[in-house]
Amino acid sequence: MSEFTFLFRGSDPTAQSPEEMQKSMQKWLAWFKELGEKGHIKYPGHPLERTGKVVTGKHKSVHDGPYAEAKDIVNGFTLIEARDLAQAVEISKGCPIFEAGGSVEVRPIRVLGM
Amino acid sequence: MEPSDHLFRREAGRMIATLTRVFGVHNLALAEDVVQDAFCRALEVWKFRGVPDNPSAWLLAAAKNRAFDILRRQRTARTFAPELGRLLDSEWTLVPAVEELFTANAIKDDLLRMMFSCCQARLAEEAQVALILNILCGFSVNEIASAFVSSHAAIEKRITRAKKLLAASKRLFDVTAPADFAARLPAVHRALYLLFNEGYHGASAETAVRAELCHEAMRLAALLLEHPLGSTPATYALSALMCFNAARLPARVNAAGNLTSLFDQDRSLWDRKLATDGIRLLELAATGRELTEYHVEAAIASVHARAPRAEDTDWTAIVLLYDMLMSVRPSPIVALNRAIAVAQHEGPERGLEAIGAIEDRDRLTGYPFYPAALGEFELRRGRHETARKHFHAALALARNPMERQFLTQRIGACERGDPRQPTILEPAARLQREIRT
Repeated sequence: MSEFTFLFRGSDPTAQSPEEMQKSMQKWLAWFKELGEKGHIKYPGHPLERTGKVVTGKHKSVHDGPYAEAKDIVNGFTLIEARDLAQAVEISKGCPIFEAGGSVEVRPIRVLGM
Repeated sequence: MEPSDHLFRREAGRMIATLTRVFGVHNLALAEDVVQDAFCRALEVWKFRGVPDNPSAWLLAAAKNRAFDILRRQRTARTFAPELGRLLDSEWTLVPAVEELFTANAIKDDLLRMMFSCCQARLAEEAQVALILNILCGFSVNEIASAFVSSHAAIEKRITRAKKLLAASKRLFDVTAPADFAARLPAVHRALYLLFNEGYHGASAETAVRAELCHEAMRLAALLLEHPLGSTPATYALSALMCFNAARLPARVNAAGNLTSLFDQDRSLWDRKLATDGIRLLELAATGRELTEYHVEAAIASVHARAPRAEDTDWTAIVLLYDMLMSVRPSPIVALNRAIAVAQHEGPERGLEAIGAIEDRDRLTGYPFYPAALGEFELRRGRHETARKHFHAALALARNPMERQFLTQRIGACERGDPRQPTILEPAARLQREIRT
């Protein structure tokens, strides 16, 4: 088994009604539940605040960030266990984020060692 | 754990009502933003961590924290609820004052306060109903438009204007003043009655949507009953009426998705528990001196509820009750319903006579059940061709696919000369849109 991180981007629910938001949440819960039952969740991860600071350059200048457009901001991550990248990608396709126009970045976690 | 159905929608009403109390009604939009924000937080956190043990408390706490943030940050820049006044000036008084507003009992009153505020006379009745659905029941403009089979733009305009008016009303309705409460209560009853009817007789073909509207009206009526000033005989009567009608909801649309008349419904599908609740509530309504239209309508519904088969219906009692309704709240629609009961009781000729005797029956032009009733009576007399013409006239007036389908079937019955026991779709006792009573 290998480990992967799913980086979730851009599912901004602000235009939705309470009922739609609840439905969307229930889809996420169902998806996580299914992944958990199949043993794919290494660590459920965290949502990230949309605000923060970005520190850059030799002078370590601090800016309000992230700069990216709403759809490009990473707003959460999860650690996944899968056979290989292909399976991890297959798993990501069940994510409800796509219905809201968001994306999932699937990144293999590099194995440290020789 | 799984969140209960419509948790967000239901909590939206509680949170907005309370936040509006904290921020002041002029900051209604701010309260709505905070609620939206709490839902976004819940969505983000719960999907990673699962639903907390007490999701309602979680949401309320998220809204409260955000409210504290805003009060602290903007207390000089913005004016908040006048009732809170100087309590917001100091941290010592702000925290207990706001905490107090977020207790369960305070929230219950806030819901009533908002409900009464939505039912002010300056708002048209349909605007009151839309506002209640939007603010207290958490329906979006889109959801209301689809339930009312109306355009998004029309509903949005209605709600935006209503909110502007509400936000300009300086302060929320005071539910602790008995005289004001009693004076506003009939308007609240009426709005809940219309909300229920929109679900029961409404135009949306989607049964689930319509049942939701009925349930919302019942939930809000139950809130009224919990309040010492709200639990009047009229509120009991209105609640009884809703129970009796809601009991029939499971049978109103048959397996094929067609509207089924009261006389054709499979009565074994009626919800016995709701009917029993209706009887209990109607007994509780039978106190005091006031006889409202809700008492009479509930009594009529109870006669139907008590009949195990359509042919067991006590039509004598129903005609008498319609006579009573005509004296409490006369309208051509009530008179038409009375004529239908007369026809059931004494035959179609007497029914036609009763229709002929409706003085202001010109106000029924445009109401599809007027020609439909004429059609039924004529069909029952064996005058198929006349009946067919009436049903065609009704079809031209039909307001939704379910009504159209029902009337098309009746036209088919005329063409076949169908001897089957004729049916009349259960028309609204009073109509909300076409005819202003």
